[in-house]
Amino acid sequence: MKTETTLAQPHIKAETPVRPRESLYQRYEASILGGTAVLIIVAIWQAVWSYTDWISPLFFSGPSAIAKAFWSSLTGGNLLADLAFSGKNFTIGFGLALVSGVVLGVIIGWYRRIRLVLDPFLNALYAAPRIAMMPLIIIWFGIGMWSKVFIVFLSAFFPILVNTAAGIRNMDRDLLRAARAFCASDWQIFKTLAIPGSVPFILTGVRQGVAVGLIGVVVGEMLGSSEGIGFMVAYGGQTFQTDTLFVGFVIIAFAGILLTSVAERLERRFSRWRPER
Amino acid sequence: MMKLQIDHLTKRYWLQRENRDVLALADVSFSVEDGEFMAIVGPSGCGKTSMLNIVAGLLPYDEGNVLIDGKRIFGPGIDRAVVFQHASLLPWRTIAGNVRYGMELQKRFDQAAMKERTDYFIKLVGLTGFERHYPSELSGGMQQRVNLARALAADPVVLLMDEPFAALDAQTREFMQAELLKIWTKAKKTVVFITHQINEAIYLADRVVVMSARPGRVKDVFRVPFDRPRNLSLKREPRFLELEDSVWKLIEEESERLGMVAAV
Repeated sequence: MKTETTLAQPHIKAETPVRPRESLYQRYEASILGGTAVLIIVAIWQAVWSYTDWISPLFFSGPSAIAKAFWSSLTGGNLLADLAFSGKNFTIGFGLALVSGVVLGVIIGWYRRIRLVLDPFLNALYAAPRIAMMPLIIIWFGIGMWSKVFIVFLSAFFPILVNTAAGIRNMDRDLLRAARAFCASDWQIFKTLAIPGSVPFILTGVRQGVAVGLIGVVVGEMLGSSEGIGFMVAYGGQTFQTDTLFVGFVIIAFAGILLTSVAERLERRFSRWRPER
Repeated sequence: MMKLQIDHLTKRYWLQRENRDVLALADVSFSVEDGEFMAIVGPSGCGKTSMLNIVAGLLPYDEGNVLIDGKRIFGPGIDRAVVFQHASLLPWRTIAGNVRYGMELQKRFDQAAMKERTDYFIKLVGLTGFERHYPSELSGGMQQRVNLARALAADPVVLLMDEPFAALDAQTREFMQAELLKIWTKAKKTVVFITHQINEAIYLADRVVVMSARPGRVKDVFRVPFDRPRNLSLKREPRFLELEDSVWKLIEEESERLGMVAAV
């Protein structure tokens, strides 16, 4: 029994990870360097904006002007209503895309014949920029919220569907062989291998879907709407309110960073197949 | 009493590109007694893995018979379990979940029995304390222990092992061989163990089947004359090395015949 303990020894550290001591800087190196760089650039931008006349307020804006525009549209303007409108469109559209994309992706991944029939259509729609269909969608749904919901749905649906189907199909051959050797039925293989094995793929689809869904909601609102962040940017441009335009742009950028980083985190966690400690 | 009989087994593969078939196994016959440890050794490409897959029910064959307790096999069955060369563990299941997996698929035991057997076989392979770990947290040797526990927990009549230690480093492999013998003594299973390592076959087995290369035929079957329990030091004894050498000569003849070894 001696060999057992000696063999098990090196892995006891899996239970109590011994992390080498890091300084505060080492641990947050990325945030410190990145954050400092952002602060410096914004400070230079602000200095140029307030102390020189190199920047024309018609063509560009400065941090303080953007902040002021942000504050005034938050207190006196429609910013919150616009944000709620865009958020609602995105959430409903993305939710529908997630549910239907995963369900259909599983079906297409599992049944070869259905996949072969649908493949040409899916490939065409997956490759084409769906945003080009926006004018048609406005004809169908009008300029209210449902045309935006639909464009978000259409944008996010295909990446989720295609990745889910790929996840179901890319079943590990070794695992499949092991399951077969233990007399697994098709249904058991579906339940115990195909579905859990496709989770990382589904999350890759979610990450891509979030990115294109955001484009969908913003461009959709630019092309035909009287509300929303996309409208705010388009309207700011048409009326030469460059500050307002920048406020919208900054909000979109932040939403993009936030949503994709959440999706990336989910993806990373599940692709390693480890529970959080 | 014969547990497993392989009777005039022939397997051909169809080569699509060359539009002809190739003989992988030609008229292979041998039998394994109840509780016996049978090793099958042969050069690479001798069809030993094909043969194991046929016995596991994962691969169809062209002629002959595979019988377990006198009954012909059709596809995979609960009377057999395989320990694969790659651990083939579900990465999203814990060690306990993986050991359960075979039993779950076969639906032979109720929940309580599965729990009890899971605990028992995790203990038997020396992984107590790792039940809640994930395969990625374990070393290759430990993953193979889980692979073995999963197969044993399914309570097969015949345990099929497909070069299970081939991917391990030399030291871990030696320890695992010794461990396997201990576990086998307790589990009392009939084992068919495929390997390309002659000393592994001799050290582990009661009898050894030596196969020839392309097409795979049974070249020789011999009984290993060493008493059990066997220590790892047996491998360094002259009588062991002598036996290993004679088997090596058999295989070398084969390889030379095929021009696989230039001049040794």
